[in-house]
Formats: sequence, structure tokens, C-alpha cells
Amino acid sequence: MGRYVIRRLLQVIPVFFGTTFIIFAGVFMLPGDPIRALFGDKSPGAAVINTIREKYHLNDPLLIQYYEYMKGVVVGDLGVNFRDRPVLDIILQAAPVSIKLGLTAFAFEIIVGILAGILAGLRRGGYFDNLVLIVTTLIISIPSFVLGFVSQLTLGLELGIFPVSSIREGWPYAYILPAMILAALGLASLTRLTRTSLVENLRADYVRTAIAKGLPRKRVIGRHAFRNSLIPVVTLLGIDIGSLISGAIITEGIFNLPGVGQALFRAIGAQENTVVVGISVALVLIFILANLIVDVLYGVLDPRIRYD
Amino acid sequence: MTEGRDRDRDRAPNFESAPDGGSPVVAAADAADTTAKGEPDEKQATLTSDAWRELRHNPLFIVAGLVVALMLVIAAFPQLFAGQQPIMGQCSLSRSLLPPQQGAIFGTDVLGCDVYGAVIWGARPSIIIGLTVTAGVGIIATLVGSLAGFFGGGIDAILSRFTDVMLGFPFLVGAIVILSAFPDRTPLIVAGVLIVFGWAGLTRIMRSSVISAKDMDYVQAARALGATNGRILFRHILPNAITPLLVLVTIGVGGIIGAEAALTFLGVGLQAPTNSWGLSISQSQERFYQHPHILLFPSLFLSMTVLAFIVLGDAVRDAFDPKLR
Repeated sequence: MGRYVIRRLLQVIPVFFGTTFIIFAGVFMLPGDPIRALFGDKSPGAAVINTIREKYHLNDPLLIQYYEYMKGVVVGDLGVNFRDRPVLDIILQAAPVSIKLGLTAFAFEIIVGILAGILAGLRRGGYFDNLVLIVTTLIISIPSFVLGFVSQLTLGLELGIFPVSSIREGWPYAYILPAMILAALGLASLTRLTRTSLVENLRADYVRTAIAKGLPRKRVIGRHAFRNSLIPVVTLLGIDIGSLISGAIITEGIFNLPGVGQALFRAIGAQENTVVVGISVALVLIFILANLIVDVLYGVLDPRIRYD
Repeated sequence: MTEGRDRDRDRAPNFESAPDGGSPVVAAADAADTTAKGEPDEKQATLTSDAWRELRHNPLFIVAGLVVALMLVIAAFPQLFAGQQPIMGQCSLSRSLLPPQQGAIFGTDVLGCDVYGAVIWGARPSIIIGLTVTAGVGIIATLVGSLAGFFGGGIDAILSRFTDVMLGFPFLVGAIVILSAFPDRTPLIVAGVLIVFGWAGLTRIMRSSVISAKDMDYVQAARALGATNGRILFRHILPNAITPLLVLVTIGVGGIIGAEAALTFLGVGLQAPTNSWGLSISQSQERFYQHPHILLFPSLFLSMTVLAFIVLGDAVRDAFDPKLR
């Protein structure tokens, strides 16, 4: 197990360089000149532009630029944006908002999703099962941005139950509605996956064996069926935690939460390579860590899975 | 895939019902084929025909199928339903934001365009993107996921690390960066970007599913009987491991159409003069409270299509998955 974790951590290195390079190259290839855009409607002299371009290595070819940037990153220097503000500073300012939003949504997903999935799966075809199927289907079929701005306007503005866009209300009040909207889609998939997985496992031979040898129902479901049906569920959760923290661009935009997603969207617009890659790197690391935890959990959940 | 299963079953039924004790699914299906029908050589009694018989009697399947069929026809021949394509900016501004009425049954939008026309002409890009991306993502995930999960070791390390690289991409960030680089975004470009950032998650699910299936007794039994890797993978593991992928791919068609709408909503998806539900919805954002029809009808069509695909996929999965029978 220890060797497995170390090997996985070593494998993070190529993933790290691969991801950062692709994102770096993507921003590099965006059309338009970020330095000219910096001056708005003024047109500075060519010398001025050139000096600034030299300063940020923008005249170099892609590989050199990436190398210059990475030289800083490996010693912990994420660089500065085109206004000389440290990228780390931008991330640290935006991160708490995104983490609070993401974790609130994640908690919401786990509690409601797994619980509803289990209850539906245990009584397949029952009243609650059908209710869950209908509700999750409806949630999946309505785009989350429509849910977002409609609930903001109705529940927030017209009915006044939730704050419309005020981050100053702080956690949890300002985060409840955005987190619910953010969690909605993942929640629906998670519920259905838990249900399907549990239904499949309840028909497995080992469950029949467990029942046959007279184990109480609680133990058959809790220790046998449920634990095994968690494997695909945990995988989905591992994927989701990353997308909840990173994929909140739309939700953060609609509810005006100044998190990482908004910082990222601004940085892409300004073609600030360092900011885009810096934020992405942070997100990628969160993601890799979540996946590693998922992989280690496989073995805990299902002892038949071995890490050679 | 299911057809392959059937063909193989006809060819080697004895091998399959070998007393390995760990292949209840296939063995039971074989038993059903040979005993329940009473005619072992009956070629019609395949899984496909069973599934089809079940589907024909499922009202949900019929309704969803009709909606999907209608959407496909609308996507293919919008002129049959709404005549001329309403082109944004070429409509009469004096007809701005009319409520639903004679001549404009869904009302008109901010720019005075007929909402009904925009909704009908908006079907094509969504349908094209939904189907293209689902096919692409499903094929890649099945191949890469089962190869990585089944062979393990070096192949797994390489494929999984590559999957991780793609997974590590926050989807929206990657999509926004790449799509911003295209000044003219056609549905196929948007579909391509959605495939690039969509296959990795499903691949991981597929991989974990294959991993948990490959240590099963029936796999070891098949191996002991001398089955080749290809046979074990495609005949024994895949049929038993693909359900989670099917669930997610099924839900995925809707998700993809929704993702296209979301990208369009953010301003990096489809552009005018292409009509798109996402565009109509994003234009309605500020005014829908006073004029609900400009949000209601595009959302309704979008949600209805997504819903129909999900229900359809669910029904097909229930019919084809012997485990849930």
C-alpha cells in the first residue's frame, strides 16, 4: 500500500507537466495581443509594447516561455499577472470562496445523493424509487444556469428567501442557494448511480449467501451490498470534487461570488498565461489528490482489489 | 456490443454454461434461451429481440422515442415546421417582446424574432452536438477504460496518466480557452471540444468497473479453460462491467446538450446567426420575469429533448441489461 501511494505520487509529475503545458499552450494560441489590450483605447509606442513584452517573455517561442514560467513554478514562484500582482495572491484571495462553495455543494451531494440512492435502490420500483427517478430526471434535464438565474430571481429577489448576490452575508447563508444549484447535476447522477449500483449488488451471489447464512438484513445491506456498491460511487465523487471546486464558473458568475472560477474567467479574457495556468495547477493538484484518495479507497471498500 | 454477445452465445453455448459457478448472468440467459423457449436452435429468441419486445410494451419508451424522433425530424427538416430561418438582427424591432398570439404562437424575442422559429431552427445544432459527442465519448471510454483496467501494469499506467491529464483539466476552463481560439464556432467544433474534455471521466468509471470485474471467479474460470484475453475482455468482462458506463452515457446525451447550452450561455459556444436554444435562453436572462415566454419556450424544448433522451436511454438500458431483469 505504501509503495503504491509513493508510485502514484511519482506519477503525478508527468500529469503535472502535461496539464500545465496544454493549458499554457492553449492560452498562448489565443488570438489577440494581451499587452495592447492592457492599454485600452490608447496606442503606446512600439518600444513601450516591446519592453513590456520582453519583460513577460512574450516575444519568445512557446517552449521558451513555458520553460521560463516553469523555472519559477518548481521553486514555488507562480509568477505575476500583467499588472505585476503575484498570482499566488490572486489565488489566495479567491480560493476560500470557491472552497466554501465547493465543499458545501459536496456535502449536499453526499448526504442527499447517497441517502436517496440507497432508499430508492432498496425498494426498487417502489413509490420513493419512482419519485427519485422523476425528480433526478427533471433536475438533469433543466440546465443548471437556467435553474441558477431563475431561482436567484424568484427565491432571491422576489421572495427574498435567499440573498441575491451578496457575498458579505458570509457562509453559510450566502452559499446555500449557489451550492444547491452547483450540486444539482452531480447530485442527480450520484443518486442514480448509487441506486443502480445497489440494485445490482443486491442481486449478487454473495448477498444471497449472506442472507442464506442468516445474517440480519441490516448487516447484509450495510456490510455486504452497500460497501461494494460504493466503488463506482466513490469514483464519481472523486471526479466531482474537482469539478465542484473548479467548475463553478457559471454559478459563481450568476451569484456574483468572487471565487476562483471568476478569477479564471477574467484571466482567460486578459490572456494572462501565468494566472490561468497558476489557478489551473491548483485545481489539478486538488483533483489528483482526490483521485489518489479514491484509488486507495477502492482497496478498503473491496479487498478483492489488489495493488500488485 | 449486445449483438456480439448474441452471436457468440449461439456459437458456443456449452462453453458458456460450463459449471464455473461464477457466471450466473450468461448461464441464466442461456438457460432461458434453451429451456424457456423449448427450442435451442430458435434464432429469434435473442437478447435483442427480447429487449425489443420489452421496449415495445413500455409506454415511457414509446413516448420518449416519439419525442426524440420528432426532434430528429425537426433537426433534419426545420423548414417543414417553421418556414424561413429567423436570422437575428434581421427581424422587425417594432415586434419586440410580443406575447404569444396569432401569427407568433410562442411570441417574439427582444429583437423581434419569432420565438417559435428560433426554437425550431435551434434544434439542429443541439441534436448534432449531442449525438456526435455521445458516440465519440462512449467509444473512447470503452476502449481506453477496458484496456487500462484489464491489462493493468504499464499499459494502465500510461493510459491512466493520460486520462488523468485530461481529467485534470477543469472542463469549463479547457473548453473556454480552446473555444476562445476559434473565431467562428460551428457545431462540429463545439462537439470536438466537448469530446476532448468529456471522455476522461467515463474512461475512469469504465476502468474501475473493469478492475472490479476482472478478479471475479467467472473470469478466472474462463482463463483456466484457456480463453484468450480478447474473449475474456469482450465476452465476460465487458458485458458485466459496462452498466455504469451506460448509465452515465445515457444521462450524458442530455448533459452534453446542456453543456453546449451552458458554453453558449457563457459566450464561447454557438454564435448568431446560428439559432440555438442556449443563445435564446441567454438572451432572455434579463427580461424573463416580465416576459416569461422568451425563457419558457427555449428552455422547454431544451429540457424536453434532454428528458426524452434520458428516458429513452433508461428504458433501453433496463431492457438490455440482463442483470436488472
